[in-house]
Amino acid sequence: MSSTPYRVPESDQRNTATIGKAVKVVGQIFTKEDLYVDGDVEGTIESQDNKVTIGPNGRVQAGIKAREVVILGQVKGNVEAADKVDIRKDARLEGDIVSARISIEDGALFKGSIDIRKAESRPGTGPTITAPPAAAQGSLAVPVGAAAAKR
Amino acid sequence: MLPEKLRSIFRKESESVSPVRVPVSSSGESSTRNQHFKPNPPVTRPSRGLEQFFFEIRDVVGLSILDLAGATQENINFLTCLGHKIYSQDIVRSLDEAFGRESSQQTNPALIEAFLRTALDYPADTFDGVLLWDSLQFMGPALLNATVDRLAEVMRPKSYLLAFFTANEKVTEVQSYAFRIVDNRTILLAERGMRSSGQVFNNRNLERLFGKFESVKFFLTRESLREIIVRR
Repeated sequence: MSSTPYRVPESDQRNTATIGKAVKVVGQIFTKEDLYVDGDVEGTIESQDNKVTIGPNGRVQAGIKAREVVILGQVKGNVEAADKVDIRKDARLEGDIVSARISIEDGALFKGSIDIRKAESRPGTGPTITAPPAAAQGSLAVPVGAAAAKR
Repeated sequence: MLPEKLRSIFRKESESVSPVRVPVSSSGESSTRNQHFKPNPPVTRPSRGLEQFFFEIRDVVGLSILDLAGATQENINFLTCLGHKIYSQDIVRSLDEAFGRESSQQTNPALIEAFLRTALDYPADTFDGVLLWDSLQFMGPALLNATVDRLAEVMRPKSYLLAFFTANEKVTEVQSYAFRIVDNRTILLAERGMRSSGQVFNNRNLERLFGKFESVKFFLTRESLREIIVRR
């Protein structure tokens, strides 16, 4: 665990899709590369084999499903990570976590349940992402990063 | 000579900058309502109540445990390593958000309802164990009764609840702690500042408070603390 400010390593930046802090996305996000969210997202975020980072300015009302989830901002929604959920100092998460491992720093605010499930014991896809009611109204699919480029 | 009117103004100004009296805790330390709160280093101590709690849920995995001390790495690790699902909630923080720090604000039925919706909004019969720690002693009578009734709803029959109360009936302020589980009989206490005690708690009060529950078991510690295990 570390309380130092999070910065996306330069080597990772090339392979990371970014939603900047002045951007708001309503809908479903699928990505095949790492995702850094520093803006607003309502809906769902899915990056099955990659890392999703919610930056310090990120405000997310969405279910998140990824290999690894790092939270520095605010998230309202369920989080499912095959590998690890990392909740940093000053982050706020309201929602249920399903993950193989979890790390939470002092100062982080978490309300919800934690279900530790190792990858072996999770057949198939596991629980489905549930989008918050507000986001459910929007049906705009927003392809991000590599997924968008291919289209 | 200043006119009487001017003198009275100066008098009022000098009165307004005089030190504000602050409540004094049982330990003699003056409390400044956490404005200049400097916590002492965390300490560990054995807990018979915690030991009994884990004894009662031994040999079972996959239980749903509600930890109302807020999410900490230590408690998450300990409970999930036992194979349980943990629900985290910082109920003292929710108290502050709903009522401020004064227990006198805890009589408004609408605020109480809003607090319960925020802090204990779970389906009936959800939990096999509840770690309440010291949170109940900061609640006034109306809020306390409503909270205990709600806890009885969300707990499964034959499940257990652990709560701590000061055994010193004369204090009006008590230290609030963050509780971290070290092992099944040891806790680490980190100070969170002095808080108003909602009311006096003695054994008879507590038995009456948990009248709807099946049993209440008391453990008195050296630190003037009552630890209680309540069976739903």
